[in-house]
Amino acid sequence: MTLPGARAGARAAAATAAQKRRRAEGAGRSLNPVTPSQRAALYVHWPYCEKRCSYCNFNKYIPRGVEEAAVRSCLVTEAQTLLQLSGVQRVESVFFGGGTPSLASPHTVAAVLEAVAQATHLPADSEVTLEANPTSAPASRLAAFGAAGVNRLSIGLQSLDDTELQLLGRTHSASDALRTLAEARCLFPGRVSVDLMLGLPAQQVRPWLGQLEDLLRHCDDHISLYQLTLERGTALFTQVQQGALPAPDPELAAEMYQEGRAILQEAGFRQYEVSNFARNGALSTHNWTYWQCGQYIGVGPGAHGRFIPQGAGGLAREARIQTLEPDNWMKEVMLFGHGTRKRLPLDNLELLEEVLAMGLRTDVGITHQHWQQFEPQLTLWDVFGASKEVDALLEQGLLLLDHRGLRCSWEGLAVLDSLLLTLLPRLQEAWQQKTPSPVPGE
Amino acid sequence: MLLSRGGMWTLAGQGWWRGLGLAAQVTRDASRGLPWPPCARTRGAAGESWSLGRLYSSAERKERIDMSRFPVENIRNFSIIAHVDHGKSTLADRLLELTGTIDKTKNNKQVLDKLQVERERGITVKAQTASLFYNHEGKQYLLNLIDTPGHVDFSYEVSRSLSACQGVLLVVDANEGIQAQTVANFFLAFEAQLSVIPVINKIDLKNADPERVEKQIEKVFDIPSDECIKISAKLGTNVESVLQAVIERIPPPKVHRKNPLRALVFDSTFDQYRGVIASVALFDGVVSKGDKIVSAHTQKTYEVNEVGVLNPNEQPAHTLYAGQVGYLIAGMKDVTEAQIGDTLYLHKQPVEPLPGFKSAKPMVFAGMYPVDQSEYNNLKSAIEKLTLNDSSVTVHRDSSLALGAGWRLGFLGLLHMEVFNQRLEQEYNASVILTTPTVPYKAVLSSAKLIKEYREKEITIINPAQFPDKSSVTEYLEPVVLGTIITPDEYTGKIMMLCQARRAVQKNMMFIDQNRVMLKYLLPLNEIVVDFYDSLKSLSSGYASFDYEDAGYQTTELVKMDILLNGNPVEELITIVHKDKAHTVGKAICERLKDSLPRQLFEIAIQAAIGSKIIARETVKAYRKNVLAKCYGGDITRKMKLLKRQAEGKKKLRKVGNVEVPKDAFIKVLKAQSDK
Repeated sequence: MTLPGARAGARAAAATAAQKRRRAEGAGRSLNPVTPSQRAALYVHWPYCEKRCSYCNFNKYIPRGVEEAAVRSCLVTEAQTLLQLSGVQRVESVFFGGGTPSLASPHTVAAVLEAVAQATHLPADSEVTLEANPTSAPASRLAAFGAAGVNRLSIGLQSLDDTELQLLGRTHSASDALRTLAEARCLFPGRVSVDLMLGLPAQQVRPWLGQLEDLLRHCDDHISLYQLTLERGTALFTQVQQGALPAPDPELAAEMYQEGRAILQEAGFRQYEVSNFARNGALSTHNWTYWQCGQYIGVGPGAHGRFIPQGAGGLAREARIQTLEPDNWMKEVMLFGHGTRKRLPLDNLELLEEVLAMGLRTDVGITHQHWQQFEPQLTLWDVFGASKEVDALLEQGLLLLDHRGLRCSWEGLAVLDSLLLTLLPRLQEAWQQKTPSPVPGE
Repeated sequence: MLLSRGGMWTLAGQGWWRGLGLAAQVTRDASRGLPWPPCARTRGAAGESWSLGRLYSSAERKERIDMSRFPVENIRNFSIIAHVDHGKSTLADRLLELTGTIDKTKNNKQVLDKLQVERERGITVKAQTASLFYNHEGKQYLLNLIDTPGHVDFSYEVSRSLSACQGVLLVVDANEGIQAQTVANFFLAFEAQLSVIPVINKIDLKNADPERVEKQIEKVFDIPSDECIKISAKLGTNVESVLQAVIERIPPPKVHRKNPLRALVFDSTFDQYRGVIASVALFDGVVSKGDKIVSAHTQKTYEVNEVGVLNPNEQPAHTLYAGQVGYLIAGMKDVTEAQIGDTLYLHKQPVEPLPGFKSAKPMVFAGMYPVDQSEYNNLKSAIEKLTLNDSSVTVHRDSSLALGAGWRLGFLGLLHMEVFNQRLEQEYNASVILTTPTVPYKAVLSSAKLIKEYREKEITIINPAQFPDKSSVTEYLEPVVLGTIITPDEYTGKIMMLCQARRAVQKNMMFIDQNRVMLKYLLPLNEIVVDFYDSLKSLSSGYASFDYEDAGYQTTELVKMDILLNGNPVEELITIVHKDKAHTVGKAICERLKDSLPRQLFEIAIQAAIGSKIIARETVKAYRKNVLAKCYGGDITRKMKLLKRQAEGKKKLRKVGNVEVPKDAFIKVLKAQSDK
C-alpha cells in the first residue's frame, strides 16, 4: 500500500505541536485570520460495521462485502463537490466516524485527506480523528492510519467489564480494549480518547466507579462519559421493553455521572462539554466546532452538514443531510457528484437557537463575543437579563449570566435540557419583540 | 352496527290495523291471512323508528282506529319487571309475536329496546309501550304492555310506569333465582298494590331449577308457589299461559269514562319534527285531537294534535278512553314540558293531580369535559340532544383550570351516568373526560351570615369549593341508600367486610333458600358511587347481585381536603370526604399525582391537607440529570426539534405555584377510575 507518507507524517507532528500551543492559549479560541464562513470542519461517515451493537441506532450497515474502491471514490467525489460548494478556504479538522471507520482501509482515509488538501487548505496541524473499534485496530493497522494522516484516535472502549461488553453486543473484551488503548497511546501520544458508558441495565454505582478508576490508570488525556440512551428499534430497547432486562435506573445513572465528573476533575481533567473531559488541552477541536456552531460539511451516507453554500452564491446557512442508504448514496454521488438528500435553510432565529442549545453544553458556555458573532443587535443581557423564569434559574444556581457570558453551573450542566425549555421560549419571545413579523414580499 | 341495533323484523301490525279498522272482529290468526302483505322493513337506528312511524301515521291518517270498541273491562295494563338478563325483553318479544303485533321471525330480539346501549347491556333505559290485541274466549282484549326501565337508578320512572298498571309479570331466571333487582322491583310493585304474576323463565336451561326458585319466591315474596308460571321465552314454551294469566289475574283499571280527563304522563320522547311525544295513561275521561289540555305541573295549555296507541310504533286513533294507554302530541317543544309523573287535564276542567309527582332529583354528579377543547361545541350540541329525551339529567356549565370549559351533570344514579356517557360516545361519537362522581352533600348552617347569604338553613353542596367550614355548620348530611345484596352464602363473610369498610350498617339478613343469602344494608351513597359494585362482583366471582334504593340523608362527619403542590392548593382537586376516609383518599390522590407528575428542576411535595394538618405526602424528586449524552453534528437537528416540541408543550402546562402540571396528571386523578 502506498501512503502519502511525508505529508501525513508531518501532519501528525504538527498536530502535536498545535495542541501544545492550544494548551498555552486556552481552548476554544481560534487565532485564525480566516473568517468563520471561510472555514469548516469535515465529517466523513463510514457506514459499515462488523456486527450490530445492541444499543446503537446509528446509520450503519452490516455488509456482505464492501466494494471499498467504489465507496472510497464516492467519498472523495462527494468531499470535493461539497468543499467546492461551500467555498471554504480552510478545513481545520477531519473526523472519520461511523459505523466502524477503523474497518476501512487506511488507503481510503488517505485518499479523502488528499482530496481535501487538494480542494482547500488543510493545515498541517489540523486535527484528524478516526473512531476505532478495539478488535479491528491492531497496532500495525493503527500505524498505517497514522501514516495515512490520522493524528487522533477515539476508541470505542465502552466498558471494562466483559459481561457489560457482551450485553452491549461488542466484539471486544476488556483486555482487548486496554491493549488497543496502550498501542494507540504509543502511536498517538496525548491524542487518544476513550468512550466509557454509564447507566446500563443492572449497572451499580460502585463497580462502575471502579471501572472509571481503572481506566484512569490506563487512559490518555481524553475521556468521554456517555449515559446509555435506550433507542427505539435497538435490541437493548426490546429486551428492556419485554422485561428480559431491568430498565436502567435514572437515579443511579445520575449518581454515576456526578461522581464520575468529580473523579475526573480530581484527576486533572477539564469537563469542557456535557460528556467530554480532557487534560493537557487535549480537547477535540472537531467536536468543539459543533458546539460553537461553526460550519461543518458532512460527507458519506446519512452525514449531516451545516454550512453556507457560498460556492453556489448561497447566503444562508443550510442544514444538509446526505442520502442514508449506502447503495443509493453511491448512485447519487456517481450521478450528481454528491448525495445531498435534504437541504433546509436555517433562519437567523433557528441559528441562534442552535448557538444557545449547543453552546451551553460547553464549560465556557456562550461568551458575549461569541453571541455577538451571530447576533450583533440583541445582547445576551437583552434576551435573558430581564426574565422572571431565567432569574429563577440563576437564583437556583443552575445558570450563570455575567460579564463573561451565559453558562451552566456544575449542577446546571446535568439538567441542561430542562433549562433549555425555559431559555428557548425566552429567546423566541425576545426575537419576536425585536423583529416585527416580516411583511410578505420583503 | 346499525343493523344489529334495529335488527330485522317484519311489521305485521300495519296490515292488522287496517283489518281492525274495517272489521273489529278479526282474530289473531285471521290477521295473518289479511289481503295486505306485511311490509318487511329493516329498521335503522333508534331515531329512525320515529320517522318510520311518521310514514305510517300519514298513510293511516284517513283510517284512525276507533278505540271506543275496547270497554274498560277488556283492558289490562301491565309491566314486566326483572333482574338484568332474566329475559324481560325476550318475553316481551314473544308476547308481541303471539298477539300478532309483530311477525314471528327469528330476528325479533329485544324489539322494545331501541337503543344500542340497551341491547349491549341487556337493560332497558327508555320505557317503551306496546298495545297488544288479543282474543281470549271470544272476547277482544286490549293488553297494554308498559315496558319499564330495568334499573333502580330509574326507580322513579319505574314507579310512574307502574302507577299506570294494575299488575306486573315478575320474571325470574330459573337458574339464577331471585336477584337483588328482583327484590327491589317486587317491592315497587307491591307498594303500588299491583297484582304480581311470578314468571320463572329459562326453564330450558340445563341447570334450571324452577322448583328452587318457586320456593325462593314463596319465602321472599310470600307468593304461593303454584302461582308461578314456568316458561321459556326463548323457545316460546308456555308463553300463551302468561297472556291468559294477565287477563285472568290482573284486574281491569278502575276508571271512569264519564269523568273529566285525568291523564298521567309516564314517559316522553322528543321528535325533532313533531316535538314532544308523551306516553299517557288515562285514569278518567277521554282525549281527542283538537282538545285543549293543561299540564298540572307547568299550567301551560296545549292543543292536542294527535293521539294514538303504540303497537309498538305510533298508530293514530280518534280518541283515547279512560283505562287506555297511548301517546299524545300537543305542540310541546321540550321534554321538560311533559315531565314524567305530571297530570294532564282538559282546559277549564281542572282535576286533582295524580299523586306521586316529583321532579327528577340527581343523586350523582360528575364533571364532563371535551377531551379536546375544540370539541366543546360539538359536545354541547350532543348533550343538548340527549337531554331532549332525558329530562332527568341536570346540566350546569362548569369550568376547570385544568380541563377547560365543560359541564357539571347530575344523574339519577351510576348506571344512568354510564348509560348517558355511552350514548354520547356511541350515538354522537363524542369523546369526553368524566370526572370521579360525587354525591350531593348537605350542610345545616348555624352561621346567621351564611343563612342570610344562601337564604336557607339547609344547603346542598355540589361544588366542593363551596364547602362551608365546620364552624358555621350545625351538621353535615350525606345521602344514603338501602342496598339489597343477594349472594351465595359462601361469600357472605367477604361481603360483610366490604360493607363494613364502606361504612355500611346492616339492616337485615335472611336465607332465601338453602345457600343464598339476602343482605340489606344502609350505605352512604358516596361509598358506592365509584367501585362498590365492581368490588362486590369480583369478591363473589360475579355471583352477588346488588341493587339499592334512595333512603334519604343521614348525619355525617365531613371534611374538606386540599391537595397541595409545594404548599399551593390545587383548586380542581379539592375533595369532600368522610373524616374516617380522608387518609385513604388523600393518600390515593397523592400517589396518583406522583405517578403522573413529571420531574422538575426542584423537588415537589404533594400533600393532602385538612385545614393546616397534613394527612398524606408524596414526593417527586428533582431532576438530577436531564441532558442528552451525545450531541454532535448529526444529532443537532433531531435534538432541536425535540426541544422545541417540549418547550411548546410546556407552555400548555398549568402552573400551580412554581410547579408545572400537565393536563394528563389532572385527568389521571380526576377521571373516574374504571379499571379498578
